[in-house]
Amino acid sequence: MCNVCGCGAGETRIDGQDPPGGDPVGEERPGGWRETRGHDALHYGRGPAGAEAPGMSQTRMLSIEQRILARNDALADENRRWLAGRGILALNLVSSPGAGKTTLLVRTIEALQTRVPVSVVEGDQQTSFDAERIRATGAPAVQINTGKGCHLDALMVGQALSRLAPPADSVLLIENVGNLVCPAAFDLGERAKVVVLSVTEGDDKPLKYPDMFAAASLMLINKTDLLPYVDFNVDKAIDFALRVNPALAVISVSATTGAGFDAWLGWVDAQLDEARAAARRPVGLTLDGES
Amino acid sequence: MHEMSLAEGVRQIIEDAARRQGFGRVRTVVLEIGQLAAVEPDSLRFCFDLVMKGGPAEGAVLQIDRVPGRGWCAQCDAHVDIAELYDPCPRCGGYRVQVTGGTEMRVKELEIE
Ligand SMILES: Nc1nc2c(ncn2[C@@H]2O[C@H](COP(=O)(O)OP(=O)(O)OP(=O)(O)O)[C@@H](O)[C@H]2O)c(=O)[nH]1
Ligand SMILES: [Mg+2]
Ligand SMILES: [Zn+2]
Repeated sequence: MCNVCGCGAGETRIDGQDPPGGDPVGEERPGGWRETRGHDALHYGRGPAGAEAPGMSQTRMLSIEQRILARNDALADENRRWLAGRGILALNLVSSPGAGKTTLLVRTIEALQTRVPVSVVEGDQQTSFDAERIRATGAPAVQINTGKGCHLDALMVGQALSRLAPPADSVLLIENVGNLVCPAAFDLGERAKVVVLSVTEGDDKPLKYPDMFAAASLMLINKTDLLPYVDFNVDKAIDFALRVNPALAVISVSATTGAGFDAWLGWVDAQLDEARAAARRPVGLTLDGES
Repeated sequence: MHEMSLAEGVRQIIEDAARRQGFGRVRTVVLEIGQLAAVEPDSLRFCFDLVMKGGPAEGAVLQIDRVPGRGWCAQCDAHVDIAELYDPCPRCGGYRVQVTGGTEMRVKELEIE
């Protein structure tokens, strides 16, 4: 199990067994980190730049200089190009489990689909409950089950895109796996990340989980119909979120009553206009300054 | 946990390099992780040891170099150092600081045999 977010690690790598831990050894490094040594790893007690032990083979340093997520980012760029070329607005909705993403999507689709086609990619570890809720609106949806994976990645979304084949000038809504940490690092090719924070989660979340609020373009404060019953200070939540990301837009909504939906749908329309306008720009200019 | 995916990304990069350059074993993997990157270094170390099993970097030492966080304060019109995403500007105390550096996650170099 992950000590960060509680989600499981890739099954294939762990093989159903408790993974061996690493013991901190050696000097503390700048930033407070120590080398760890796995139980069955042999390091001969030498640092990376340390002296060779006698009799050991020569080593050399090979410069790599590659982003760890280069592969995902390349696939995300492919998705982005594909979407941009067709004027499709793709939004990546992220939140902790149960913040109301699916409820919000259902209501959003009902409002939008009379004037623009909407399709949905649903990410959950298990079940196709959410895709079924979406399909009940009449909108096409593909369910991705990540198993123990805690986030969608660009490959999964690319595969979902070829199944969904969303029409030009439409809206693609991606509901990420409920998790306020991991999806922040994975570009899917979306135009913007929308982080949903519900008032039952507490107003301190933007500071406790800053990565997601830093990565998002819009924060939706959801379940505002419950404000009379919970200790949630909207101004404080917004202040905290803006500390992390001064460029973040904020809209308060209730996915069950529809409060605030005019503002939210207005934001979506503005994004859609930009996506469509970008698609009509000459090739080569479409991608710049968009993400 | 996304640190598992990150460790798999590192392995992929190492295997690609091993194929291209034809080296055998990796002794040390040097990563550059920004102070503001969305990654928990402790958790990444844990995943690293698991994910490298059976590959060229099995048992390798993981060295993580931290890159300091940098931001641009709109109020001061200046670049400043920040340690956390939610830190105020050290000059004016305001929060209008846009992150400009320290979010990178890169494989910098490998010590190979
Ligand atoms: N009172 C109130 N309840 C809401 C609102 N939005 C969602 N809910 C309720 O919150 C619960 C979770 O909603 P979902 O839409 O399933 O949340 P989710 O973010 O899609 O959940 P996961 O996909 O499991 O992460 C459900 O019982 C919803 O009815 C809201 O605005 N107000
Ligand atoms: Mg859902
Ligand atoms: Zn300042």
